[in-house]
Amino acid sequence: MHEAAATPAWVLLAYLVAGVCFILALRGLSGPESSRRGNRLGMIGMLIAVVTTLVTHVPRYEFVQEPGFSATFLYLATFDLRTILQIFGAIVIGGTIGLITARKIQMTAMPQLVAAFHSLVGMAAVLVGAAAYLNPEAFGIAVRITPIASPSFVSILPVSRIEMGLGVAIGAITFSGSVIAFLKLNGNMSGKPILLPLRHVINLGTLAAILGLIAYFTQDQAPWVFFTVVGLSFAIGFLLIIPIGGADMPVVISMLNSYSGWAAAAMGFTLHNSAMIITGALVGSSGAILSYIMCRAMNRSFISVIAGGFGGDAVAGGAAAAIDRPYKRGSAEDAAFLMKQADQVIIVPGYGMAVSQAQHALKEMADKLKAEGVRVKYAIHPVAGRMPGHMNVLLAEANVPYDEVFELEDINSEFAQTDVAFVIGANDVTNPAAKTDKSSPIYGMPVLDVEKARTVLFVKRSMGGVGYAGVDNELFYRDNTMMLLADAKKMVEEIVKALG
Amino acid sequence: MDFISILSIFVLACFVGYYVVWSVTPALHTPLMSVTNAISSVIVVGALIAAAAAGSASSKWLGLVAVALASVNIFGGFAVTQRMLAMYKKKERKDA
Repeated sequence: MHEAAATPAWVLLAYLVAGVCFILALRGLSGPESSRRGNRLGMIGMLIAVVTTLVTHVPRYEFVQEPGFSATFLYLATFDLRTILQIFGAIVIGGTIGLITARKIQMTAMPQLVAAFHSLVGMAAVLVGAAAYLNPEAFGIAVRITPIASPSFVSILPVSRIEMGLGVAIGAITFSGSVIAFLKLNGNMSGKPILLPLRHVINLGTLAAILGLIAYFTQDQAPWVFFTVVGLSFAIGFLLIIPIGGADMPVVISMLNSYSGWAAAAMGFTLHNSAMIITGALVGSSGAILSYIMCRAMNRSFISVIAGGFGGDAVAGGAAAAIDRPYKRGSAEDAAFLMKQADQVIIVPGYGMAVSQAQHALKEMADKLKAEGVRVKYAIHPVAGRMPGHMNVLLAEANVPYDEVFELEDINSEFAQTDVAFVIGANDVTNPAAKTDKSSPIYGMPVLDVEKARTVLFVKRSMGGVGYAGVDNELFYRDNTMMLLADAKKMVEEIVKALG
Repeated sequence: MDFISILSIFVLACFVGYYVVWSVTPALHTPLMSVTNAISSVIVVGALIAAAAAGSASSKWLGLVAVALASVNIFGGFAVTQRMLAMYKKKERKDA
């Protein structure tokens, strides 16, 4: 704080401007048109923050202004060149990796990419926290105490110790949690929940230990306290995410998004930096709201998602017995015929579409249908896919105009006037049991009313599998449902062929 | 800045975040995540301070590594967001 008094006003203003740019970047996302401008504002905000920090913090040589040299020249020439080169080296290495990844990544792999990016924010927070712990004077968070007749030492301010402790703890949780989320989303690790015995006891104990140690840290700034906090936080991040099943990933990934924000905010408190605090608060609330939206869309409480274990071996009662029930099976030609006759077709995509990369074929099918005079719309459930908005991005990638894509509440009433509902790779989000069967684990979850359409075409790999919730879908056995059993992409391509 | 001013900024920013994020259209939730990811890399400010500071070599190197990690995020996050946002198009006009 004593250093903050020396911070020039223009620096504080520059960080504030950066913070405002970030707010506007998020504000822009209220519509696709304004979002592109918003993204550019975000980049400008980041540039302002980085340049301001560099100008104020890169060490300079002492100089005496002599006649013949302009003040500007001296100002630029006296920056410590070695430090500048090191920093630019780090930026170039990181930036190149980032740009190449961003260009190469498949849109279907977005969830894992976001998880990987979250882990980097978490790790950066831990490293910054550790750097601040090792060199607190550089961050202006310490006082040098010189007791009589003993060497002087540096004491970190108590408030800063708490902020720093919380910052590294949240950062470490974000890092290890995101790494597990990445491994699960990327398929390196089974999406099945891993349940340790006594896991709630272990988790709560670890959390209590972390908080206790942070409190103790205000009394004793010994390295073991700091690094035990870091170590335990890495462990709890890992323990918190392993019991959560693959299909709860939309919540997990939003939650980690939120954590990465809180980590940045805690670091902003440590550094008294308004840009970091504003950004941290924005990102933190953004992730929290997304988690809430995802939980609501699954009719589950946040606590029950975090507790994990959903979608494990515990298959809901009655599901196994129902597998042998009779159902109608159709071919691509049948599907093509039915859809050609329709006035309106609503396509309901789910995670299965992402897995088989069927979005481009689907767009082709929709184009063929439109050429036949059929109205085509898309209905998206909030938790379809593995992250919020996953399906929208994939459809956008396939050039589906966004004004043909509708959210659950906007389109649900239309199924009753629709000739064909084409369900591709979605399952639980269409299950009518959520509305009628009180014993079903997904009872109360808002679902798409596809069964109200005159005909339901349901693309599914085989009759054997059930959705992630482990429940059978009543929809398969209805009179107006025709099952199209094949890989989603192959089936759609065959339908395109049959449409001629 | 004293603690109370910092806390005030934080609390007000949480409210701003709350209202701004609710106005984000659900179709753009994935870009929202990637852009929030990019901007949370503003933590690079702390990394730069550490990397530029004299006095502790280990602190400096931790700072440099953090700068590199945050840069992956900044460049990658904004670039992938831009790539996604460029894909969201309205119905194309026949005469175009």
